[in-house]
Amino acid sequence: MIRFDQVSKRYPGSDEALRNVSFEIAQGELAFVTGHSGAGKSTLLKLMAAIERPSAGTVLIGNQNVSKLRPRIVPYMRRKFGLVFQDHKLLYDRNCFENVALPLYINGVTGQEAAKRIRAALDKVGLLGKEKAMPITLSGGEQQRLAIARAVVSRPAILIADEPTGNLDETYAAEIMALFHAFRQVGVTVIIATHDAHGISNIPGKMLHLDHGRLTVS
Amino acid sequence: MKHWINQHTLVWRLVLARTCRNKLATLLIWTVIGIALCLPALLYVIIDNLNQLAGEVKHEPQISIFMKLDADKTIVDTTKSRLEKHAGIGSLQFVSKDSAWKQMQDDALTDNIATNLKQNPLPDAFFIQPKDHAPTAIEQLQHELQNWEGIEHVLADADWAKRLYSILELGKKAVWVLSGLLGFALVTIIGNTIRLQILTQREEIEVSKLIGATDGFIRRPFLYAGALYGFGGSLVALALINGIITIFNLSVADLAELYGSSFILALPGWQISLGITACAVTLGWLGSYIAVNRSLARLNPH
Repeated sequence: MIRFDQVSKRYPGSDEALRNVSFEIAQGELAFVTGHSGAGKSTLLKLMAAIERPSAGTVLIGNQNVSKLRPRIVPYMRRKFGLVFQDHKLLYDRNCFENVALPLYINGVTGQEAAKRIRAALDKVGLLGKEKAMPITLSGGEQQRLAIARAVVSRPAILIADEPTGNLDETYAAEIMALFHAFRQVGVTVIIATHDAHGISNIPGKMLHLDHGRLTVS
Repeated sequence: MKHWINQHTLVWRLVLARTCRNKLATLLIWTVIGIALCLPALLYVIIDNLNQLAGEVKHEPQISIFMKLDADKTIVDTTKSRLEKHAGIGSLQFVSKDSAWKQMQDDALTDNIATNLKQNPLPDAFFIQPKDHAPTAIEQLQHELQNWEGIEHVLADADWAKRLYSILELGKKAVWVLSGLLGFALVTIIGNTIRLQILTQREEIEVSKLIGATDGFIRRPFLYAGALYGFGGSLVALALINGIITIFNLSVADLAELYGSSFILALPGWQISLGITACAVTLGWLGSYIAVNRSLARLNPH
């Protein structure tokens, strides 16, 4: 499903964020990307989601070479992913329902069909009763779950989450992890970046540990 | 097809909702655009009107030759035959003093002037159309004829018509220059307004792009908003033009009456109104297209 081959990434004017990283994640697998902050976790996820392009090496997503994609195709590539961002990236000028609606509208799904799917996604993360609430009124855990609802509403094959439990206390964090595990069980490939190695020790999954841009455990 | 319609109605609803939220700001922008559009349009309408007025005047230059009052029939006849043989003259019309006098008496307007006069003050006259319409050729002919025996005065009446035409020609050029400048201003005004809107919606654009929105999807609401600004502006402009011309006409009618004419400025027809609207919508679209593209280029991670 996802294959990195000798991938390096260097941002202009800085050191290499990733060096010679190679790994493979199969369909339906759950993978954790761990490492200290600044180890290159976010860069790795961005390369997967076709947000960044590698400086060297190849990134294959479902047999498509991300670095060779024409710019016009990139948006369609990104729709294969559900993304949960480190800072949520919720839109605070609209309510929960409209936040979750965004990926569907981008995909051209509107009207009743969209409403049905939005409510299903909100229901899955336990926010069905709050569809009219504004995100700013939600707690940190609820905001994170809203971000997850938005990521899964268009039923992506791959779910990528960057530090989804970063600012949450343990009970909330466990809840969120359970949620990801549930998605994995219905066949979604799930990739989670976290600096918190304790929270995931009891969850079975592939471990990708980054240290200063190098992959140490695979 | 259904999706396509759905998406576009959705975008329109979003744009209209945003417009309703910022009623005052929208109205102000419409007014600015309206004023910018109204200036060249107003000038155009006035020039167009004057053009039609000038069109009623014969464009062909004419030279009037008035004989001396004491010129007798032989001199008039010689002059006539000389004129007929002249190579520079296209056509010739002779009006004798008697027929001119009779015409003056018959005309209701000049009738009472004629009755107050004891004798015919009018000279014999020739009206000729020169073959060459160039101003220098006409002037030359005028000078030549002036020296003939028995001729009192030679009048070339093309001068004022020519002047009027050159002024109108200049006016038309002014309309184009003004339209060009204000069109540019319009693109800038709308582009800048859209740029500010993009700044306030920066997060939305960023997120949309990250989760797979095409540039077209992001561009669409802004393009519609730009076109809507243009449309609103053109409505304001049309209201202004019609209002201003109606007010002008009160004075124009008074002025025209003094000249015994019933001339008034015509309001812009539907073609001009439609043209102004189409222009404004296109410029609005263009302005926002440029603004969005510049922002998209800056946001593009690649």
